[in-house]
Amino acid sequence: MPASDTPSVTRRSAMAGAAASAAAASLPPVALAQAPSAAAPAGALEAPVTATLSLTVNGEAQSLELDTRTTLLDALREHLHLTGTKKGCDHGQCGACTVILDGKRVYSCLTLAVMHEGDAVTTIEGLGRPDSLHPMQAAFVKHDGYQCGYCTPGQICASVAMLEEIKAGIPSHVTADLTAAAQTTAEEIRERMSGNICRCGAYSNILDAITEVAERQA
Amino acid sequence: MKPFTYERARSPAEAAAAAARRPGAKFIAGGTNLLDLMKLQIEVPAHLIDVNGLALDKVEPTPEGGLRIGALVRNTDLAADERVRRDYAVLSRALLAGATGQLRNKATTAGNLLQRTRCPYFYDTAQPCNKRQPGSGCAAIGGFTRPLAVIGGSEACIATNPSDMAVAMRALDAVVETVRPDGTTRSIPIAEFHRLPGGTPHIETALEAGELITAVTLPPPAGGRQFYRKVRDRASYAFALVSVAAVVQRDGTGRVALGGVAHKPWRVEGAEAELRRGAKPAMAAILDGARPTPENAFKLALAERTLASVLAEARG
Ligand SMILES: Cc1cc2nc3c(=O)[nH]c(=O)nc-3n(C[C@H](O)[C@H](O)[C@H](O)COP(=O)(O)OP(=O)(O)OC[C@H]3O[C@@H](n4cnc5c(N)ncnc54)[C@H](O)[C@@H]3O)c2cc1C
Ligand code: SF4
Ligand code: FES
Ligand code: FES
Repeated sequence: MPASDTPSVTRRSAMAGAAASAAAASLPPVALAQAPSAAAPAGALEAPVTATLSLTVNGEAQSLELDTRTTLLDALREHLHLTGTKKGCDHGQCGACTVILDGKRVYSCLTLAVMHEGDAVTTIEGLGRPDSLHPMQAAFVKHDGYQCGYCTPGQICASVAMLEEIKAGIPSHVTADLTAAAQTTAEEIRERMSGNICRCGAYSNILDAITEVAERQA
Repeated sequence: MKPFTYERARSPAEAAAAAARRPGAKFIAGGTNLLDLMKLQIEVPAHLIDVNGLALDKVEPTPEGGLRIGALVRNTDLAADERVRRDYAVLSRALLAGATGQLRNKATTAGNLLQRTRCPYFYDTAQPCNKRQPGSGCAAIGGFTRPLAVIGGSEACIATNPSDMAVAMRALDAVVETVRPDGTTRSIPIAEFHRLPGGTPHIETALEAGELITAVTLPPPAGGRQFYRKVRDRASYAFALVSVAAVVQRDGTGRVALGGVAHKPWRVEGAEAELRRGAKPAMAAILDGARPTPENAFKLALAERTLASVLAEARG
């Protein structure tokens, strides 16, 4: 496949069942499979395909060998055992899996780990430690910005990156004047945090916590 | 998810060629729609071509005085682009009305244009759906139709296109630029890009197999006052029931495109002469031929009222 980074694994050699590890050694990511079954969709594969991946998580270099299907969320939780990042819906509908990827907040459930070769990820574990909390973590504790705590790591990662978005001048749906700098009002924070659902309804305390940090930064 | 092989594309032309060569190949950009559907096995690509490394992430001026938006420009970055905010506000507004901060940070221009319907039966693999499985039937017709199309539907499908961005692009007369597997390029006006369902609702766009979107170009600024008003079941993080993208000039003329009502962003240029007479005659002309169900007929009144509020604001 000259068109890509993929090592020279042709369809024929893939169907002949070449060993995944052999190709993995040559260059990540890797493409291998068994013969497709008759009833399956075009080109369907039966066996899992693995790929190797290097990325930085909370400042530490990590190398992984993963099934290509592994989401960034599952790589963090199941392979790196960083279980602070939560899986709520696994479909981009709740925000529990929010992490900071190269400085930007994203849902780790809707991106593949193999797509993040060389990237830098910050999870709740990397923002602060129990003995040295990030100001946003401390504010959530102070304001009781949670009940069960399940959405909290996502809320905190999202809010830290959200304040950076305001500083960078990114507008929101409720920004009245698109050509003026966005303000850190309650309305702005609520809209910008709408991608993090809290089933316990701790929203007003979450807002207080974020507002306090925003005011301190201002 | 079904197993798949994965590669990173090195150039647009090579990506298109690779997609045509590999059976069951798909491009992946932000992944926010494709992975959602792969987890449900609604999409089952055997091979993913990651286009994120292609240098298609810039917004640049065109010689004609418009903008060329790279296929990989993230929704956040496009909405925040100074030129877009100033000259194409309807596009910024539409992007910001869609999804969430986290999703917009990943979602790309091309991926947004190609996101698939949110018809609940399309998502429910236990139900027949002509779009998901051609020829299986349509569970939506005669079922729960509240979110579905009121115009342009067919006996085979009454789904809507869920994109907010595409509605603004329709109002702005955007053009989709592509490269085909044989290396040739073409420009597809947005009006011809999305299709009505007809008898083949699984064919959603004018793209050919393996064809890669490289950019979307906007003509020189349309001027006027620009609006994107989206009505939904909650204030944020929800798809549109009805949305109105409008560019209204000082003399009361303008352009209007609707979201949430059809299988594609809905615009009827011939109806726009009615805008100066008000929302009622204009919307009657835009939605002429609508075939709503009792459950979604409310969208007709909602569209008219949403346009009325936009026109009132435009008048100041
Ligand atoms: C919970 C939730 C809420 C949402 N709410 C909204 C909303 O309110 N409004 C709204 O508009 N959207 C909404 N979205 C959808 C979101 O906007 C889309 O998922 C996103 O825009 C898709 O872009 P992507 O880059 O992630 O696409 P991907 O998932 O990477 O790709 C989507 C499709 O495009 C194809 N593709 C990607 N790039 C190219 C290319 N260059 N050329 C050819 N084909 C390509 C892929 O093969 C795939 O078929 C929501 C999504 C979620 C999960
Ligand atoms: S309306 Fe279209 S997408 Fe929905 S079930 Fe019918 S065929 Fe499928
Ligand atoms: S687990 Fe990712 S958004 Fe819910
Ligand atoms: S604290 Fe329980 S879900 Fe938010």
